This record gives sequence, C-alpha cells and structure tokens, in this order.
Amino acid sequence: MQLAVPLASLLTFGTHWLFSKSAPPLETHSYTLLFWEILGVSIILAIAQRFWPALREWMRHMSPIFTAAILLVGVWDMITSGFRLLPLPYFPGPASVLRSLIIDRGLLADSTWHSLALLLSGYTLGVIVGLISGVCIGWSSSVRYWGMPLLKVVGPIPATAWIPLAMVVSPSAIVSSAGLVALAVWFPVTMLTASGISNTRASYLDVARTLGAGRAYLIFRVAIPAAIPNIFIGLFMGLGASFLTLVVAESVGIKSGLGWYVSWAQGWAEYGKVFAALIIMAGFFSTLMTLLFKVRDRVLVWQKGIIKW
Amino acid sequence: MVALAETEPSSVHVQQVTKSFPAPDDPLARRQALGDISLSIAPGELVSLVGPSGCGKSTLLRLIAGLEAPDSGELLIGSEPINKPSAERGLVFQDPNLFPWLTVRRNIEAGLVARRVLHEKRNEVDEFMRLVGLQGFADAYPYHLSGGMAQRVALARALINHPKVLLLDEPLGALDAFTRMRMQDEVLRLWENRRTTMLLVTHDIDEAIYMSDRIMIMTQPPGRIDRVITNALARPRDRSSSEFLQLRSDILELLHFAGDASAMSD
Repeated sequence: MQLAVPLASLLTFGTHWLFSKSAPPLETHSYTLLFWEILGVSIILAIAQRFWPALREWMRHMSPIFTAAILLVGVWDMITSGFRLLPLPYFPGPASVLRSLIIDRGLLADSTWHSLALLLSGYTLGVIVGLISGVCIGWSSSVRYWGMPLLKVVGPIPATAWIPLAMVVSPSAIVSSAGLVALAVWFPVTMLTASGISNTRASYLDVARTLGAGRAYLIFRVAIPAAIPNIFIGLFMGLGASFLTLVVAESVGIKSGLGWYVSWAQGWAEYGKVFAALIIMAGFFSTLMTLLFKVRDRVLVWQKGIIKW
Repeated sequence: MVALAETEPSSVHVQQVTKSFPAPDDPLARRQALGDISLSIAPGELVSLVGPSGCGKSTLLRLIAGLEAPDSGELLIGSEPINKPSAERGLVFQDPNLFPWLTVRRNIEAGLVARRVLHEKRNEVDEFMRLVGLQGFADAYPYHLSGGMAQRVALARALINHPKVLLLDEPLGALDAFTRMRMQDEVLRLWENRRTTMLLVTHDIDEAIYMSDRIMIMTQPPGRIDRVITNALARPRDRSSSEFLQLRSDILELLHFAGDASAMSD
C-alpha cells in the first residue's frame, strides 16, 4: 500500500522510457529528472512513515489519489507520444508540456502575476459594490422596488457580452477588464446578499428591538450576520464568474495575463505552452477557491463548530 | 449584587385595547385578534396569562413590547405610553432566538452593545452569566447549548438591560418536564432577586399556579380576559399540596376541562 506511489511512478516512467527511445534526449531530460525526484521522495516517505504515525495517516489517505494521478500521466504519455493516437501538434505529451513549462517559466510567472492583480482588483471591487447594493436592496423596500428590476434585467447578461462596449467607453484596457470582472462578480453577490438580508428571521429583529437596538444595529449586527451563509454562496458564484470573465477579457482585450498567454501560444501553434498555461490556471484558480473555502470555514464556525457538549 | 437592583420595576396598564390583523384567506377582511382588553399589573408583580392557543396571548405581549401598535386603546408603562420597542421592556420567546453567530458571552452583551453602554457595563456580563449558571460556557456558540441552557442565555440577555418589565412568551414551553420545573424555580429566583414586573404567557396551568401572583384567563378569539384569579398560596409553593391541587381544579373547571359531569353539560 505504501509503495503504490513509487510503483506507479516506476510504471509510468518505464512506459515513457520504452516509447521515447527515438525522441531527442533534450525533450525528455526534465521529465526523466521529475520522475527520479518523485520516485526518490516517495521511497523516502514510505520509509519515514514507519516511524511517524501522523505521516502514515496522511499517506494512507492521499496515496490512492497520488497513484491515480501518476498513472493518468502515464496513460496520457502512452496515448500521445507513445502510440500517437492524437494528432500533433495539438496534443503534446507530458514531457514536452513540462519542457514548455520550464522554458517559459519567466513569461508564465509574469502572466500569472498580471492575472492575479487583475482578478483581485476586479473581484474586490465587485464584492464591495455587490455587498453595498445587496444590503440596500435587501433591507429597504423602496430600494428593492427600483433596484430589483434593474438587477433582474441587467444582471443575467454575461459580463463578457459587454466587452465591445467596455473597449469603447473605458480609458484603458486594464481598467475595462477589471470593470468587467467586477461586473461579473457584482451580480451574484448582490442577488444572494439581498435575498439573505430580506430573509433574516423576523424574530431576531424583534429580539434586537426589545434589547434597545437602533437601525444600525439591526442592519450591521443582525441582518448582515444572518445573511453571511448566503453571502458566501454569492462570493463562490462570483469567483467562478470572475475566472471566466478574466480569461475571456485577457484573450481579447489586454496583452497580458494567462488568458492572453494561451491565445498567444495558440497563435504560434505551441500547444505545449497552451497546456502549460492550462496547468498553471488549474493550480491558480483552485488555490483561490480553496482559500475562499478556508475563509468561509473561519467565518462560519458558528454554523458547524468542532467541539460538542 | 449592587448592579442587579438598579432599576425600579414598573406597572403596566392596558386600557381597552383592540387589535386585528389581515385575514390570511381574504386580503380585504380583517380578523379580530384582541377585543377590548383592559388589565393592570402592579410594579414587581408576576402575572400569568393563560388560555387556549390562538386567543391572542402573544399578540397582547407583542403590543406591550411595542412590536405592534393597537387599533384602539392605550398601553402604558408606569405613566408613559408605549409606542415603540424599548430596552426597558425585555421579551423572551419560546424559541430562545439566540443570535447563532455570537458566542454566549456576546449574546448576553447584545443589549449593552445595542444601547452603546458596553464599555461602562462590561463587568456586569460576568455577573449575569453567573446569575444564570453559565460561567463555563462564555465562548460556546448557541448550537452547543441544550434547550434549557439556551433559554437561560435568553433570560440573561433580556435581564442585563435591567428592564422595568419582563415579558415571557411561553419561555419554557419547549423544554422537557424536568428541565421545565428546574427553570421555573430559576425564573422565580431571578424574579425574587430583582423584583422585576413579569408577565408570563403560558398554556401550562401548573406553571401559572406555581409561579404567579395572579392568573388571567383569556378566552377564544377575539381574545378577552375572562377571569382574573388571585393566587394567595404561600411561597415557595408545593406542587402536590391540597391547596395547589384545589386551585388547579378550580381553574380547569373555569376553562371547562374538569372531569365531572356538571362541567360537561354546558
């Protein structure tokens, strides 16, 4: 069981070695190196876990998924560079993707940085505006009367559909892209915040009133905390929408970021780089999602909690 | 204990109050919830309001709390008219309605925060937690608490404002029989300690007899006060004494629930 990961990497690398005899060694050098590293680390861990129970627990939990991932890379290798079942250059093997990743690491890091800056500025703006408009719509019936129809008509338009207009209106492509991301985030955050606020249990508000609460207390200390679970749903939906909008805005508008990198690499038919960028994106976006989950778990401890008595 | 006897209890006067609500089945019609209610509660008195469900007990309590306005008539606290909710009239519901996002301590502090006096009165929070026996649970969230503990937090949260009147809307109705009896003693202890005026809505006749100075019996909608019974039994009361049981059967007879044939005939 503990040797599943080293065995899988041996198997995957063995198939690679069999198939890649004809390939230039430069292509596969870093891939070979990677597998020696995985093999080494996994053998060291397999030995270390004998003396370290916490590590053993973790490995028992994680080793099936790691094994599967490594075998999947092997299957990918076999389909592409092995039997050449998929047309080149659209489907490069793992070795050449890894090579692109290493060769272009500077540009990729730079693109990731630009995407992160754009995403965070747009997301933050969208969340702030969305929270404010959501609270106003949820709390005040007159704001709801005028705001809700606007929200229902304008909100569902995909933010990317505004791209032609945004290009014309905005002074710079960066500003218009950030604005589009913000717009994509704003709609779900507003919608979910408003529904959370307006569904605050009436008895919480009644209790607060008999405790001497004024309007500020009712909004900020009762309605908003009560709406937090809903608000988080909006934040998650907004994050998903922001990824989509970011990539589209980058590939048509501005000349930086991972979205731009993908379409640029595609233009040169360097599909190794396209896949490299996709791998970076997967890591980048899922890290942000995970971070948001962690924030939620911290903020909503009162919903689940750990200790029972 | 100096802090606990800060506010003088106040009298409550309800004068010819009526209240109706839109009927649920017909938006144009109105359903009469309270028809001409008058009552007075002396300062420091503990009065129970007993009656079948739907007779408007809770509506009357919400009117006194200031959460609803009457159609006609007047409500006074001492000599002040009631026109909006206020911290001087605490309200405890059957559901403790603790704010689930706040710890026990922060729930109890809520009234102080709402009135912006937390700084001056922070030391009272510990005192009230001790008063209701929750010292060890300061940092627990409400979902950790049993029903009885949650209701004690709700009581402490209402009492920390030193209300002149405490309104209790079936506060023990959701508790099991043993917890309920223990909590009745607890509420009585708080009342004897602080002499707050208390109005207790209950559908448990034993609870009304065990706890209150006077028992007001309300009838079917539109709600009216049918009878007021002065409960002169000496405290602490014995639930199994013959006087207790006699009073109980008298009240059941008034409510037409007595087991004998004469009560069944009408």
